[in-house]
Formats: sequence, structure tokens, C-alpha cells
Amino acid sequence: MKSQTTLKMMLAAGALSVGMSHGANAQDTVKIGSVLSVTGPSSFLGEPEDKTLRLYVDKINAAGGVAGKKIELVIYDDGGDANKARTFATRLVEDDEVIAMVGGTTTGSTMAMIPVFEDAKIPFISLAGAIEVIDPVRKFVFKTPHTDKMACEKIFEDLKRRNLTKIGLISGTDGFGASMRAQCVKVAPNYGMQIVADENYGPRDSDMTAQLTKIKNTAGVQAVVNPGFGQGPAIVTRNYAQLGMNSIPFYQSHGVASKSFIDLAGAAAEGVRLPAAALLVGDKLPDSDPQKKVVTEYKQAYESATKQPVSTFGGHAYDGLFILVEAMKRANSTDSGKIRDEIEKTKGFVGTGGIVNMSATDHLGLDLSAFRMLEIKGGDWNLVASGS
Amino acid sequence: MGALLNQRFVTLAVLAAVIAVLPLVFPSSYYFRVASLVWVSALAAIGLNILMGQAGQVSLGHAAFFGIGAYAVAIGPTHLGIPPWAALLIGAVLSAVLAYLVGRPILRLKGHYLAIATLGLGVLIALVISTESRWTGGPDGMPVERLTLFGWRVSGSYTWYWVTGALLLVGTWIALNLDETPTGRAFRALHDSEVAAQVVGVDVARFKLQAFVIAAVYASIAGSALAFMNGFINPDQAGFLHSVELVTIVVLGGLGSVVGSIVGAAVLVTLPQALTVFHEYEHLLLGLIIIVSMIFMRNGIVPSLSGLFLRRARS
Repeated sequence: MKSQTTLKMMLAAGALSVGMSHGANAQDTVKIGSVLSVTGPSSFLGEPEDKTLRLYVDKINAAGGVAGKKIELVIYDDGGDANKARTFATRLVEDDEVIAMVGGTTTGSTMAMIPVFEDAKIPFISLAGAIEVIDPVRKFVFKTPHTDKMACEKIFEDLKRRNLTKIGLISGTDGFGASMRAQCVKVAPNYGMQIVADENYGPRDSDMTAQLTKIKNTAGVQAVVNPGFGQGPAIVTRNYAQLGMNSIPFYQSHGVASKSFIDLAGAAAEGVRLPAAALLVGDKLPDSDPQKKVVTEYKQAYESATKQPVSTFGGHAYDGLFILVEAMKRANSTDSGKIRDEIEKTKGFVGTGGIVNMSATDHLGLDLSAFRMLEIKGGDWNLVASGS
Repeated sequence: MGALLNQRFVTLAVLAAVIAVLPLVFPSSYYFRVASLVWVSALAAIGLNILMGQAGQVSLGHAAFFGIGAYAVAIGPTHLGIPPWAALLIGAVLSAVLAYLVGRPILRLKGHYLAIATLGLGVLIALVISTESRWTGGPDGMPVERLTLFGWRVSGSYTWYWVTGALLLVGTWIALNLDETPTGRAFRALHDSEVAAQVVGVDVARFKLQAFVIAAVYASIAGSALAFMNGFINPDQAGFLHSVELVTIVVLGGLGSVVGSIVGAAVLVTLPQALTVFHEYEHLLLGLIIIVSMIFMRNGIVPSLSGLFLRRARS
């Protein structure tokens, strides 16, 4: 008797795994896939990406679609779990049969999904930060956000201009912080930088005064750089002011480039510098700036649709989607291989992150000019005039 | 005894049949991937069930052993040049040794104290994995070399479906058999009452340790299998949330029921996939389903439902 029950149980389990729905595939639509961390610890990145993609796909469809076809967007939420992301990637490729993918919120989930898209020969435009995504270059993998290496270079460039060469690092031990720290250490010699203090903190630590005191007491520190994202840098910034270290120039990374950082750090954020995309200072850009039109339009559209302040993270999704859409238009085809070739030929694309010029050896296509050096003054972002 | 043996064979035969038949109804390799994930989670859960359901001890840090298995096959071939299959064995041995060494002192603890001690162990291992970035690639994880056996490169969802399915069959067979050995009976005695077990001459400390080591080896092998299958591994797999997921599978499926662990894994792995149609309500529904099934099936899905069927059949 019991064995019969066992049998029923197992069939039920089997039926459950089979019972997943199979989407209809109409002739006049093309499917674009996305896996984002809409919930979980990286939701502050994934949520604006999700909203941006939905907003603009609706806009594109309302305007008649791409190459005569409407776009059907398939978005899955990996909750920040790389293993789940991998499964959803397989689902997009095998079950939904998407022609391209714009997504991958974190470096961890992107790295886990890369083999799926490489094997299936489907273009994958990642929204993750680290340089490993595109270095070494993989045939079908592209990305839109600036790399952490570029952020280090931009900061060092600014330091060099100010004749500061001895720096202290205080980095988060999360993926972003650890990866950027490694890149900073690597490129420091190219700019004549000497790292005299190298401290770190856990992503959920609530006080960093011990590490900062150590940096403060290190002889000859001329500037401090904080690779990290999330709430950690805000606490570091507050502690920095509490310890009266304001006389030492302090640099944050592009990882804190959202208004909530200024809110969290409060008055302590005054005078902090960071490299960030033009999007944050859209209204302060001179009219001659080629990015001005794109960033002000995106900011206006996003803020009026979501009633939330714009962040650079959603901007990365905007760039990814439109690089793909332009490539589809040029290819005038829904063939994944042809679209990939056209993405690689992207030249002079003006996005929120910068001006993109891709090539067979560069699947990011941004240079240091894509980053603007900003300084926080009066609770707002301000462009640092070159030479100051 | 003959009937019992028979029942074990039937369970195993049904499982083998399910594994063999499912591919006939799978429309794409995505389904193979999901099923392989079920087999891997079930394997780890069956091991944990030996510790929790049979020996009655709690482990809230079990993903640590899963992580050790996974990182053994990632680090071994990449940094030390060890063949992948050997790295899998080394991972299992490492997990067993660690479980043995750590288990000796912490299994003296009971109830909440044991739960906290295992939790601490789990957090510690996860911390080491995400900070030793020179070896483990840090929080972003690291790639894993493909498994090659006698020149055969094991890759693709389809192949891994059969490999993990076979692993699950072996794991199930061992767990079912263990139930009927003197060791298994000692575990049950432990589960019912430690004092009584001690009185009738069961070496309580030794058997607890044995169950812990067995559970660690199951988790380690499941971890290695997942790492090979994904070709990529990150510290999440060794983290606290994954430990909780494993405990949930065991409790949801039914403590002490081998089949329960497989059903629990099937539910917990496939449900989030099936619920994606609800978008933002996905997590809400998942939580609700688990709460409701725990309220109405307090002993877990398999023991509760089989009890219900048995009562129906009698009346």
C-alpha cells in the first residue's frame, strides 16, 4: 500500500515540474530576455533597470516596434542569486527562445549566465560593473556600465592633477569593493600612485572608525579612496567627518552615484569627489555637450513614469536596450548572429553612460571621457571644472 | 523483513522510472536543467535528513559542506592541477574530516545550542570563502573546469540530468538501506529519546558524529555536482540562506522520509519557476504555499499525505 502512495507522490512531483507554462510565440513579435536582481540585496540596482526596460519597451512598441516587429520583453527576477540567474538564463534561451538578452544586474550573476549565452550564440548585453565581463572579450557578451578599472583611472587622473600621490584605500569586501580595490592596486603605478594604507570593511559593518583611524595615523596619506557600494560608503563618509579628516581629499566611487548616498551621508558628504556618468548632472551640462539631450530626456521620462529619482543603474539598462534596438534596426533582422555583428559595430552611440564605440576587441566601447568628476556641494552633485 | 526489502526496492524502482520517463515529456533542455537542480538539491537534503530526521539533530550551517564540495572542484583543478574527479573525492574527504573534527565538540550540545553552533560553523566557512579571494575569486565567484571522465567531457543540461539522476539514485539507495541497519536503528533511538538510547547501550556521541559526517559527505558531493554542472560557483551556495533552504526542503518534504526530501526539493526548486508568471507576487505566494502546507501537513508533505491515504484505504 505504502509503495503505491510513494508512486503517487513521485508522479505528482514529476507533474509539477512539467506543468510550467509554455508561452505563445506569435509571428510579428520578437522576444528580448532579461534576468535582473529586482529583489534581494542588489534590488537598488535591479529595480530601476526593470522599470527602465519595461518603460522603454512599451514606448518602442507604441511607436511601431523594431524592424516591423513588436518587442515582447521577458524579465525574470534572480533575487541576487547567481544559481537562479543561471537557471533563468537557460529558460530564456531554451524555453522562451529569446533573440537577445539585456540584463545581469550583478557581476556574480552575469558570470554565471555567460556560458549559457555563449553556447547558444545569443547576444548578451550585461549591466554589471566588473571588467571580467568583457576582459577577455567573449564573442557574444557586451556590457554598458563603466568598469571599476576606469573609475580608478579617473580618480587617479584627478589626484595626479592635484599633485597628490600617496593614497589610502578603504574598501568593502563585497564583490564590487573587492573587485575595484584589485583594479585600483593594479593601475596605481601607471599614475605614479603609491598606496600607503589598505584597509577594508564588511558590507554590513556599522562603524568604520577603527580602519579610518589607522589610515589617519599613517604618515603621509594625501588622499583617501573608498571603493564600495550600498550603505557602507555612506557610513565611511560619516565616520570620516566625525574623525575630522576633511582636510584630506576623499574620493568615493561610481558605486554610490545615487541621490540616496547624499541623503544617508548628510552634511558629511560635502566636498567628497567621485567619478560618475553624465546622467547625474544632466541639467548642469553645457548645451554643447553631446550627451545632454539623451540624459535629460531619459531623466524626464523615468521620473515622470516612476515618480522616483533617476539613477545611473537604470541608465545602464537604457543604454543596453537601445544599443540592441539600433543593432536590430541596422541588421533589419531578428537573427541573433546578425544582431551580434551589428552590436559589435556600434559607433558613436550616445547613451546615458557615455559615447559608445565598440570593436572586436572592445565590447564596452567607453573611454575615460564617459566619466565626469563630480564633487558634492550643497547637498547636490556638481561638475568639477577641469584644472581645479 | 522481506516486505521491507521489497518496499525499498519499489521506492527505488519508482524513482528510477520517474528519472527515466521524465525526459519523454520535457519539451526543452531548460526542463532538464530544472530537473537536475531538483536531483542535486534532493541529494543534499537526503543527507541532511539522515542527520535531522533519523538522528534528530539540527544543522543550520549545512550549506558550508555544500560549499566545500563546490569549491574543492573549483580550486583543485584551477590552482593545484588536481584532476576534477579527484577534487570531488578530496572535497568529500575534507568535508568528512571537518565534520568529524567539529562534530566532536559541538554535537555535545543540544537543541538551540547545537543549532547556533552549526550556524556559526556555516557562517565561518562562508566568510572564509568570500574573503580568500586569491583562491576563491571572492564574492563574485570563480569558474569551474568541466568534468572529464576517461576523455569524456561531461557538459550540457541533458548529460547532467543523467549524471545527477544517477547520483540521486545511489544516494537514495544508501539512505534507504541505512534506515534498516543497526546504525539506522541507533539513529532512530537517538531521535526518539537520547536518554533511553543511552540506557539500552547506544553510543550516543559516536552515532551523532556518524550521522553528521554522512550528512556532510552527501552535501559535499551535491555541491561538487552543482559546481561542475554550472561551470561557475559563488559564495551564495555556502551561505546561510542556502542552509535554510536545505532545512526547509527536509522539513517540508517530511522529517525522516527519504522520498520526502526528493518531493521537498522538487517543490522548492520548481515552485519559484512556476510562479514567475505572478511577477512581484512571486515571493509572497511562495511563502504562503510553504506556510499553508506546514499548517495542514505538519509532518511534512510525504508522511502527511501517505498517512491520509492509508487511513482512507482502511476505512
